[in-house]
Amino acid sequence: MAERTMAQALNAALAEALEDPSVMLLGEDVGTTGGVFRVTDGLQKRFGSDRVVDTPVAESGIVGAAFGLAVAGMKPIAEMQFMGFSYPAYDQIVNHVSRIRNRSRHRFTAPLVIRIPYGGGIGAAEHHSESLEAIYAHVPGLKVVVPSRPIDAKGLLTAAIADPDPVIFLEPIRAYRAVKEEVPDEVYETPIGVASIERVGSDVTLIAYGAMMKETRQAAELLAANGVDAEVIDLRTLVPLDTETILASVEHTGRVVAIHEAPRTAGFGAEIAAVVAEKALYSLKSPIARVTGWDIVVPLRRAEKHYTPGVDRIVNVAMRTMEA
Amino acid sequence: MAPDTATQIKMYRQMALIREFELAAMDLFKRGQIKGAVHPSIGQEASAVGVCMALDHDDLIVGTHRSHGHNLAKGASPERMMAEILGKDTGYCKGRGGSMHIAAFDTGSLGALGVVGAGNPLAVGAALAFQMRGERRVAVPFTGDAGTNTGSWHESLNMASVWNLPVVFVLEDNKYGVSTHIRDSTNIDDLSIRAQSYGIPGVLVNGFDVLAVYEAATEAVARARAGKGPTLLVAEAYRFEGHYAGEPEVYRERSEVAEHRKHDPLTHFRRVLVDTGVASSEELDDVDSAAKDEISAAIEFAKASPDPDPSTAMDYIYA
Repeated sequence: MAERTMAQALNAALAEALEDPSVMLLGEDVGTTGGVFRVTDGLQKRFGSDRVVDTPVAESGIVGAAFGLAVAGMKPIAEMQFMGFSYPAYDQIVNHVSRIRNRSRHRFTAPLVIRIPYGGGIGAAEHHSESLEAIYAHVPGLKVVVPSRPIDAKGLLTAAIADPDPVIFLEPIRAYRAVKEEVPDEVYETPIGVASIERVGSDVTLIAYGAMMKETRQAAELLAANGVDAEVIDLRTLVPLDTETILASVEHTGRVVAIHEAPRTAGFGAEIAAVVAEKALYSLKSPIARVTGWDIVVPLRRAEKHYTPGVDRIVNVAMRTMEA
Repeated sequence: MAPDTATQIKMYRQMALIREFELAAMDLFKRGQIKGAVHPSIGQEASAVGVCMALDHDDLIVGTHRSHGHNLAKGASPERMMAEILGKDTGYCKGRGGSMHIAAFDTGSLGALGVVGAGNPLAVGAALAFQMRGERRVAVPFTGDAGTNTGSWHESLNMASVWNLPVVFVLEDNKYGVSTHIRDSTNIDDLSIRAQSYGIPGVLVNGFDVLAVYEAATEAVARARAGKGPTLLVAEAYRFEGHYAGEPEVYRERSEVAEHRKHDPLTHFRRVLVDTGVASSEELDDVDSAAKDEISAAIEFAKASPDPDPSTAMDYIYA
């Protein structure tokens, strides 16, 4: 065991995966520099430039080529530099990667992983900072995974690489180097589709994922100081969604707050709200609440703190659910 | 050098089969029996057959929205093709692809895609897999003239060139992207010169002449297989029918179509075969009527096939 940041944990998972000769990394600057966030640092040196490939700046081509590799029996991992840079590849992802299994009735599959750093953190606004995971969660045929901490990052990435279906692997930029924790040295998988109950509580369920777990954990501590016992769920996977864990918790607490930094309208919180409303409405003691980013373009650094939901907003909204 | 007699007869047979298939598909569409859309490749049979005859079974093709011909030329069964475009469970995609996403996967087709230009990166990736594993296989994406204005197409040529991949990019220049003539969307006359900006060979052939296409494709495939990298092969032809079956072709004069129909690839090849003594007119008549019979049987097969069971709708979304 060693203390690792999320970036180091992801690097370890990739290094272990590359021991399989069918695994390849493709992306802009993933080789020589180790990627803009240095997640692939040292891997090209260790595994060679034909296995860790610096590609042209051509996202549609990168994902399309990874798709072709996967269909032809390889296990490619493509990196998009920022979420906003993944949209040129959206055609490949939605129209082709997600559908080849259905189109070919299992004859061809696309077991590839597309790693996408997302969300705020570097303060560069717009496509370097946004959190549009819902546009991937909406696509049948894709799985969408979001780790919030180093230990899950390694296990989930290993599971994503082994998964027979295409996985959109979202890496929260703010969490890359925010904390270190003990991460096992051996190969292990954290199961896709299973949420984690990080804190057991009885009054209100806080549901979040990715970078927002940090504020959510802090909010739970503050709520406890105010006499409110919050249960904290880290979804870890958006698709397939662990509705069982969500519903069991809400049936127990009777209150729920869905939290994300993505814009509010049609954000993933709406899906959580819908699941709870459909399946656990009669357990609710107060209306379903959401704490989200605003329906605006992500602003520059000086205003990012106003955009990203803070601990105070989560606490306030959770306290309001207690008043009902 | 022309291929042997048997190969030439097979080429003619494949072209006749595609022609009959397309005529039948158009007819079924116009009578409302095929839903969705049908994009016939009539006039472009020579490029489908000339290219696919130059490939081995293990080589892969990637199609377009106009890919009935590509699949048939690669060896697809007309019965399962017809069943697919009629949306039947016995179709190649169990009725999930239809005309536009049809793919005879067991013959080495990676699928047909309705997004213009989008199939090219897929072929690049497959070729990269061949290269990584040391396999002497070739990937062949088909694209129309309009597709050469997409980013995906250019990204693919560039990547295949940089990585020296075994890809033959086949550009079937049928002159129109739906209603827009290539001269209104591209400022060069010879599309093969686009290869120059990627440092790869660009070859222009008469896409009405199956032997010319076959010869150029054979050379490009051999080059790719020998590890010498990709080629852009431009087969210049013409789309005799509308963009889709039943399209009111308001964008071109009937006289323009009639002029190009004088170069009909089937009529042309028939004349060549007779003139060079490869086959008699009577022998080719027999080939034509056999193709007609095969397509009639395919329609019967398709019509008698069951629809997909709606309860299987979720079966192919995830593993």
